[in-house]
Amino acid sequence: MQEKEVILRVENLSKQYRLGVIGTGTISHDLNRWWHKIRGKEDPYTRIGERNKRNTVGKSNYVWAIKDVSFDVRRGEVLGIIGKNGAGKSTLLKILSKVTMPTQGIIRSKGRIASLLEVGTGFHPELTGKENIFLNGAILGMTKAEIKSKFDEIVEFAGVQRYVDTPVKRYSSGMKVRLAFAVAAHLEPEILVVDEVLAVGDAEFQKKAIGKMQDIAKGEGRTVLFVSHDMDAIQKLTQRTVVLADGEVIFDGDTDKAIQEYLNQGLDTKPYHEWERMEIAPGNDFGRLKSAAIRNEKGELCNRFSVRDDIFIDVEYWDLNTEYHNTAIIHVVNERGQRLFASNEFNAPDWLEYHDKKNKGIVTATCTIPRHFLAEGQFSLLVAVGNYNPEIIHAVEDNLLSFEVFDDTTGDGVRGPYAGKWPGILRPMLSWKIKKEPLDKN
Amino acid sequence: MDKPQKHTWLFEISPKSNLLDFKFKEIWQYRDLLMLFVRRDVVTLYKQTVLGPLWYLIQPLLTSVIFTLVFNGIADINTGTVNAFLFNLAGITIWNYFSECLKATSDTFKKNENIFGKVYFPRVIMPLSITVSNLLKFGIQVLIFIAFYIFFAIEGSAGSISPYLALLPLIVFIMGMLGLGLGMIISSMVTKYRDLTFLVQFGIQLLMYVSAVMYPLAIVSQKLPSYVSWIVEYNPLARVIESFRYMVFQEGELDLGFIFLTLGISIIVFLFGLIIFNKTERNFIDTV
Repeated sequence: MQEKEVILRVENLSKQYRLGVIGTGTISHDLNRWWHKIRGKEDPYTRIGERNKRNTVGKSNYVWAIKDVSFDVRRGEVLGIIGKNGAGKSTLLKILSKVTMPTQGIIRSKGRIASLLEVGTGFHPELTGKENIFLNGAILGMTKAEIKSKFDEIVEFAGVQRYVDTPVKRYSSGMKVRLAFAVAAHLEPEILVVDEVLAVGDAEFQKKAIGKMQDIAKGEGRTVLFVSHDMDAIQKLTQRTVVLADGEVIFDGDTDKAIQEYLNQGLDTKPYHEWERMEIAPGNDFGRLKSAAIRNEKGELCNRFSVRDDIFIDVEYWDLNTEYHNTAIIHVVNERGQRLFASNEFNAPDWLEYHDKKNKGIVTATCTIPRHFLAEGQFSLLVAVGNYNPEIIHAVEDNLLSFEVFDDTTGDGVRGPYAGKWPGILRPMLSWKIKKEPLDKN
Repeated sequence: MDKPQKHTWLFEISPKSNLLDFKFKEIWQYRDLLMLFVRRDVVTLYKQTVLGPLWYLIQPLLTSVIFTLVFNGIADINTGTVNAFLFNLAGITIWNYFSECLKATSDTFKKNENIFGKVYFPRVIMPLSITVSNLLKFGIQVLIFIAFYIFFAIEGSAGSISPYLALLPLIVFIMGMLGLGLGMIISSMVTKYRDLTFLVQFGIQLLMYVSAVMYPLAIVSQKLPSYVSWIVEYNPLARVIESFRYMVFQEGELDLGFIFLTLGISIIVFLFGLIIFNKTERNFIDTV
């Protein structure tokens, strides 16, 4: 394949943010900065930043949202950018779209960049669809003449022909999204930055949007930077993907490998969490979480299971509810962010016996996820305490614990001896009944 | 690997910037957006309820009535041959354009946080468009003024129109530039020091009283000691308002030299505002 020219080059891009209460000490910091500057010294606050890890408390008030990010994009390429929340994707896009400036580093571009950070930017509810197309287009950097020449196409793509002269406030949210995407998709700039637009709109429109993105990239030779949490969309649209983690590029290359990298990174499986004292535990006067644990058959803490193992999940909580019946709740979420199922303590047959007296106590509820049910992969657990009728959640901790399930294909599992890729997000062992009539009956 | 090849980049995004780069070229590229914003303001103003546009009639009229009662009725300020109500209406009409521009542009960053956080366009388009679309409101108020002017002219208490009226666009331009420039400075400062917003409303009120809106400029040096009166006498706004009244009434004074000096000042204020504004727009989204 012929290498096309580099259209966008990001070099050592870094962006520092100040954490904490803004407004206290800013004037003194400003003065300090200025004092250093006039003496020709380095900015005293750029050196003390550290890597952006959200879950560890840094020593300084300054963090690098992105640090030394570099990559090239070639003309006509659709580049995916993925990363967990807080990995620096949005910051990168904001700098690319000139919404904010980098602290260090440089972006060089050979084409106009237009961004689609969030759809419907600048839509005015009182204006008609037509007026909004012009306004939105101009905000995104088109001239009036450009919009005029594309107007019919935009309206048709959005499927709002009947409503062009209706104020946008009467549009459904789906129509608004379609219109906004249509305007942005018909932009002329050589580089289009798209962030999570496909999460909205109905299935038909999503298909259309993905198709349009492919057209933009392939047919029209435009370059697209595509940021999403949706691995399927990333897979469909891009060949190359950059994975960001804690503000740094940890992978840059083939999309399939990138997704694998993204799924593997960071999820340090953690089978146990405990809050030492009631006062600091999440919850309220009706219930507070005490601990949660993932155990194996022997009762040991465990974060790695075979598909053949039962998985036991303990939820321990302070039951302080003297009005309603408390119940422990768990959700199991897979690595693609799909919520596989939710389960409740009240499914226990003797649940009422424990909760009917409404006396305070510490409840330990254990849920069993049966063997031959989950597929292989990494799973995270949401743990919560609440009561139903009325529905009140006292404490909820998303992504509290995590564990891994593997399938070693020894023959007695769901997949039998088959060693290839097994489809499906669950892998339940279901019962089959067989009947066979011989062919040569008489 | 890349062969070393020559790149001609269209533009660069980097932390460095030239303080004196006013980006006029970029503003020109976005002139369509400017006009569309103006159109939006005009259309939405028109689409508002009856009270919206009506307010632009009521506000100057009521203010003018009250000023006439207080300053001419009670305080007994002499407006010469010109009817006191018409005198005040003239001052308020031109003052309103300045104060509306200042008020509307001084919260540019806060008000447009949402849109500024998502797309880039030269931010200055926003306050510029406000200044332009405020011309419409100014136009409405000028129409009322003309109506009353004709009424009082028939009565014989409207003075006479001076040939200097040809300079009116210049006067409006000065007011717009001053309002826009100050508004941009304030809006930039507000992103850092939030409490400033409260001061703006109050500050505009105070400014009005030292800008000769409801009294002739000459009266100041007569009635006040010089260590106070200079505030009004050297206030460019007071000069502009006094000049406007001279144009329509031939009462008071009009100093051409002073007008051009004020023009210079307003352009300097505007450019200074633009520098601060451009500096703020680069990173303001991190602080709001």
